[in-house]
Amino acid sequence: MIKRVAPSRVIWLLIAVAYFFIPLLATLLFSLNKNATGKCCSLAAYGTILHDHGFWHSLRISFLLALETIAISLLLFVPTIYWVHLKVPRLRPVIAFLALIPFVVPPIIMVVGLLNFYKGAPGWFYQQPWGFLVAAYVILAFPYMFFALDAGFRSIDVHTLTEASHSPGASWPVTLFKVILPNIRSAALGGSFLCLAIVMGEYTIANLSAFHTFPIYIQYINETKAYPAAAVTLMSFGITWAAMLSLLFIGRGRPGRPLQVAGTR
Amino acid sequence: MAYLELRELRRSFGPVVALQGINIELGQGEFLSLLGPSGCGKTTALRLVAGFDRPDSGSIVVDGKDVTRVSPNKRDMGMVFQAYSLFPNMTAAQNVEFGLKIRGRKRGDRQGRVQELLELVGLGHAGDRYPWQLSGGMQQRVALARALAIEPRVLLLDEPLSALDAKVRVQLREEIRRIQLELGITTLYVTHDQEEALAVSDHVAVMWGGRIEQMGKPAEMYSAPATPFVAEFIGTMNRLEATVVDGSSGEVDHRGVRLMLESARGRPNGERVLVLVRPEALEVEAANGAAPSADGNMLSGEVITHTFLGPVTRLKVVGATSDLIADMSTARAATLPPGQKVMAKVPVGDARLLTLTDAAVPAAPGPDDQ
Repeated sequence: MIKRVAPSRVIWLLIAVAYFFIPLLATLLFSLNKNATGKCCSLAAYGTILHDHGFWHSLRISFLLALETIAISLLLFVPTIYWVHLKVPRLRPVIAFLALIPFVVPPIIMVVGLLNFYKGAPGWFYQQPWGFLVAAYVILAFPYMFFALDAGFRSIDVHTLTEASHSPGASWPVTLFKVILPNIRSAALGGSFLCLAIVMGEYTIANLSAFHTFPIYIQYINETKAYPAAAVTLMSFGITWAAMLSLLFIGRGRPGRPLQVAGTR
Repeated sequence: MAYLELRELRRSFGPVVALQGINIELGQGEFLSLLGPSGCGKTTALRLVAGFDRPDSGSIVVDGKDVTRVSPNKRDMGMVFQAYSLFPNMTAAQNVEFGLKIRGRKRGDRQGRVQELLELVGLGHAGDRYPWQLSGGMQQRVALARALAIEPRVLLLDEPLSALDAKVRVQLREEIRRIQLELGITTLYVTHDQEEALAVSDHVAVMWGGRIEQMGKPAEMYSAPATPFVAEFIGTMNRLEATVVDGSSGEVDHRGVRLMLESARGRPNGERVLVLVRPEALEVEAANGAAPSADGNMLSGEVITHTFLGPVTRLKVVGATSDLIADMSTARAATLPPGQKVMAKVPVGDARLLTLTDAAVPAAPGPDDQ
């Protein structure tokens, strides 16, 4: 039997689709205009971007910065949040409060503060995006990573899994990497993806600290070339979606779901 | 010589004293159940043995070696938890294999041992299933196999059946006992279910308020409880407060009714005692308007309710002096319907006597209250 869908639902769905896709469609059509005539259709704008060394260079920098931010955030926050859940759960609200600070402090304030704070730091750190920028991005990504990981840890019985791992002889590192981490994989991937999205789109800190990242490149193109600007906007959108799909693909990987709350089966 | 010894174990959590002076000696291959209501300290004791917590004082000795300060992953103890504790990212076989991998056993050896253990717990066919594809009973079997895989020195079970339904619980407890006997493994079992403890254990230790009230063989615990708490916690017990009238003949006075009890002989006159009678030991018959005889050990009352318990029916009798509970065959109970006036005979030789102190006697919560 074919299930009837209420017309009002279809209307709301069409409105939502239109809201999200009309700007994208308009951007796409604009990006396909010929540079000489301003009329459809040409892929010249995409060619301009893809042949621009600055595009690949800034994209590579931002992508590597994102990976470094993800790696440091995971190394820093996974053991910390695990320990808090296991040993000092009273500290969880305190850390949750601290995690809100990057939301409250505007990036412009933060970058001024960080530039002053790290003024005396060695050149390899202060003058390189891999040092200064990543330090700022880890702070910026803290709330996203914390809340994602926290949700993951709350979905498993951390105490019982830890003790069940220690009982047959596992050490702390084995417990963390073989038992705990695989069971919060989705949360860690979710946090990582948010990190990636933040770093790929962060403009204020990179601009004020004079590093040429992908958002800086987009801004430069936007100010100088109209059609390629639309093309690069769509391409950055595509990169974000590709990252999200890869997350879904990796997260779907192995079974072992759904997670079960202890004692309820 | 004892294989597992708990010596003067004490543990407090802030102002709350969870354990005070726990002493246990368990021989190799023996099965001891720690039995008691919630908050009595039984799980705390088990966690100390497992190494997940440290005692404030006292020591834990296994096979002559003090392991009190040894970390849990170096104690060689297998544990089955109350909560389902299988690693969700691993199959049943991988869960069982986990401890063997950590110990660096060769792949071929591991696989053989895993299959052997899964078959021992009746799950030889389910090795490739993930925990969420297994029922609660199956998960606990896998957890048992995982605990046994490392050939632990002591097997620890923390209320492993409490989340399971009644039928599976009975089936699995019998299997645990069978496997324990087959492997001859020293086992410490925590439960609040007295029936479970009595059914599977070599020894039972009843705990209350962080102390061991009594420890002994199941039959002793049932037939000769040492304290009112144990008497009430293990099985159901009628409690009659009385005073010894004549210690030489064994006569006591229970609120104006004279009872002759063998267990009262030799007691000093005037001593306040608690007469404990099991429901199945009371002989209940219809009163038929006759007055209770002075020397018949009879208590009068009226049947209030019937509770069908399968092979027997439990009668609640509200009496002039005390409320009583009596068990009898269902066929016989049918002749004593609710509202029937009855006489309950207290058996001369089948009542236990405890000295009644002025200290408050803790009311033992039933298993349903846990």
